[in-house]
Amino acid sequence: MRGIIATGTHLPHRRLDRAAVAAFFGKGGGTGTRTVASFDEDTTTMGAEAARAAVASATGVDVDALWFATASPAYLEKTNASAIHATLRLDASVPAFDFGGAHRSGTGALRTALEAGPTTLVVASDSRDGLATSADESQGGDGAAALLIGDDTAGPVLAEFVGGASVTDEFLERWRVPGGDRSRTWEERFGEVVYAPLMEQAWTAALADTGLVADDIHTLVVVGTHARAVARNVGKLGVAAERIGNDLSESVGNTGTAHPLLVLAAAIETAGPGEAIAIMALADGVDVLVVRTTEAIGSYTPARPVASQIAGGAPIDYAKFLSWRGMVAIEPPNRPLPNRPSAAAAHRRDDWKFGFVGSRDRSSGMVHLPPARVSEKGGAVDDMDEVPMADVHGTVVSFTVDKLVYSPSPPVVFAVVDFDGGGRVPLELTDVDADEVEVGMRVEPTFRRLFTADEIHNYFWKVRPVRGADR
Amino acid sequence: MGSNGIKDRVAIIGVGCVPFTEHWEKSLDDLIIDGAKATYASAGISQDEVDAFWFGTSQSAASGLAMGGPLKIHGKPISRVENYCATGSEAMRQAAYAVASGAYDVVMALGAEKVKDGGYQGLNAFPIPTDGTQRTLTAAAMFAMILPAYAEKYGLDVDEIRYAVAKIAEKNHFNGARNPLAQFRRETSAEQICQMAAVAGRLSVFDCAGVADGAAGVIMCRAEDALEYCDDPLYIKALSFVAGTGAGSLDPDYDYTTLSECKWSADDAYAQAGITDPRNEIAVAGVHDCFTPTELVLMEDLGFSNPGDAWRDVLNGDFNLDGRLPVNTDGGLKSFGHPVGASGLRMLYEIWLQLRGQAPKERTIADNGRSLGLTHNLGGYPGEMVSFVGIYGTELG
Repeated sequence: MRGIIATGTHLPHRRLDRAAVAAFFGKGGGTGTRTVASFDEDTTTMGAEAARAAVASATGVDVDALWFATASPAYLEKTNASAIHATLRLDASVPAFDFGGAHRSGTGALRTALEAGPTTLVVASDSRDGLATSADESQGGDGAAALLIGDDTAGPVLAEFVGGASVTDEFLERWRVPGGDRSRTWEERFGEVVYAPLMEQAWTAALADTGLVADDIHTLVVVGTHARAVARNVGKLGVAAERIGNDLSESVGNTGTAHPLLVLAAAIETAGPGEAIAIMALADGVDVLVVRTTEAIGSYTPARPVASQIAGGAPIDYAKFLSWRGMVAIEPPNRPLPNRPSAAAAHRRDDWKFGFVGSRDRSSGMVHLPPARVSEKGGAVDDMDEVPMADVHGTVVSFTVDKLVYSPSPPVVFAVVDFDGGGRVPLELTDVDADEVEVGMRVEPTFRRLFTADEIHNYFWKVRPVRGADR
Repeated sequence: MGSNGIKDRVAIIGVGCVPFTEHWEKSLDDLIIDGAKATYASAGISQDEVDAFWFGTSQSAASGLAMGGPLKIHGKPISRVENYCATGSEAMRQAAYAVASGAYDVVMALGAEKVKDGGYQGLNAFPIPTDGTQRTLTAAAMFAMILPAYAEKYGLDVDEIRYAVAKIAEKNHFNGARNPLAQFRRETSAEQICQMAAVAGRLSVFDCAGVADGAAGVIMCRAEDALEYCDDPLYIKALSFVAGTGAGSLDPDYDYTTLSECKWSADDAYAQAGITDPRNEIAVAGVHDCFTPTELVLMEDLGFSNPGDAWRDVLNGDFNLDGRLPVNTDGGLKSFGHPVGASGLRMLYEIWLQLRGQAPKERTIADNGRSLGLTHNLGGYPGEMVSFVGIYGTELG
């Protein structure tokens, strides 16, 4: 049996109330909310957070391959999956590949992994932008999903891959040229009409492939950036309305490349055993994937469930949203821009920079962050063990709000963090309002992009408050 | 093994200081030349009589050439010294040791910094290639962490502590207003400072050192030769320096209410000088008030106040011009300004004036029967710093 062994997702902390758009511009927006990546997040960091959650949900299962898909890559030419690989501290022998460019690459990577191969962590991540008041701005969302795919010999399979179908067609409905700051679409009616028969064709083929009939499907979730094509045609597939699953458009928005994986993760996390779940994704054709949950679902506890992440979160005002997206340029503090990190220096410290691994002195037991060769206590030389800290919680022992220093989003909130079991390091606090920080606050590490200098993204760890919604 | 010091072996025979301000019309070379001129004039000697030079600058230049070029020093050794904001004191310390060793008869240490050509407010670190994981906070934000930690440790309201440190700024502005060389010569009240917008933690701009260009220098010789040059030299009683390991950012035992390196260097300096009761033996002190909370905890680390009492002593006026132990009588970094490489020697300039009765009348301290002065100069942040303490006296023995 092959299928999904674990789910991991990342929804950014901030939510934009779509009504704020019309309140400001007099048009645009809508109802509900969308997720908004923090100024220090990109598709790679969100992918890393989702991947970490998936791995944490499948203790003891080895990842043999890492695939990463996004239509908004942090880098071109350079592989982005390798940064996620480094945060997970995977062995060098584990390949990390990017599947990039098209929204459809997420579904494609997932399908390919489901069909055969090693235990593969498929990570899809996206950040959806549009000009102010546009449909993409309000209907888009930011987020990432990671699904650990493998045979039941690797670990308990939560949802067995039953089959599916893909239908491909070449037509120009949505596109963006490399470097473009927004996507373009053809007139809406065109896509609605073109997608209708493709959906029907893919659905019929998927049922044939799986040997199921529409009534066997417990939950069908249809997703696509062409919201109208989804809405107008979903009723034609023969699945009862009450079995059409939540596409998260009201709370999250459409997360592009990540979205089929995100809604599948959400459906699996709330399913009972023996339920057939079908995901239909509209993107330059139509893909259908069908899984059936197993008895293992009963004892599955995801590390960061989609539902609790949706329930959590905090609002972001529209002005800040526009500044974070680069739609409005805000006067920065009059301080020098940060310098680009050194590739050579960073590579020597991959374990610290990406893996958040410190060292523990064998004689005194003192944890050193960053890792040290000589112990602060006792002075022992080269007698330390690695201490992975990425999953260790800590406590704020002092903090400061810096309105002077350069930041992509001032002010900087910095905290001295003492980690459970030893280790102190001053780190930036993120996903937090300056006035909610207090001594004693519980925090956890999160992988972020500190800044970009000279077209180099400087990735490192921050801490965020441990929210009630997270385990 | 031991930190033996060089008590009474080296004499200070001249100290000079230029006005600290935004010297838009002066280059680093101009500051070096003006600082050296003032120092030579103070010692009453010419450049040719100096055998070796130490040039302290943090970020304005590199190598001894930066001093030798503008001053046209031919055929002599010039060492460029850098040790964060304690650079000026470190240059003086190295020069003093060269005299004490017998290597040279007459030496000069000069500190200079051209800060205001950078184009940004505040001081900025020069770029060293790194892995990008280093903290990028301003110094103000780092020192701001002292306030909540101090309040927490001693069970005080953070507003009380905030007011107490504003009183430190008030005092230093009061003193600076009486100093023609100081950058800020306007008095201000603690109440006004408390009402200003916070820029880092609870600190406002008026809790931060002035950012100024400047230069200051000192000329030294063997103690036994001092009277050949000067009727009333100062004698070095102690020079102490401690460089930390950055333990405060690493060790959960550190609580941000003390500056360990400063305490260690003070203890070492007192031992070198034979001082057992600093608060009753030191006549006047210049300390590194880069931010107001720094001066607060320094009063405890230097032994001027008991732990947990400094805020009360500050409110009591103990460190005012007319207090029991005047501190930063020249306005300090706060009001005199902080041209990094020059600041340690600027402190020495004030001790030179006060102990020898040459300070302007309006800021002359009362005769408290003591003849020792102290300078304290640090660089870095709470938990990761370098600290210098020097002690000087008018008498041998």
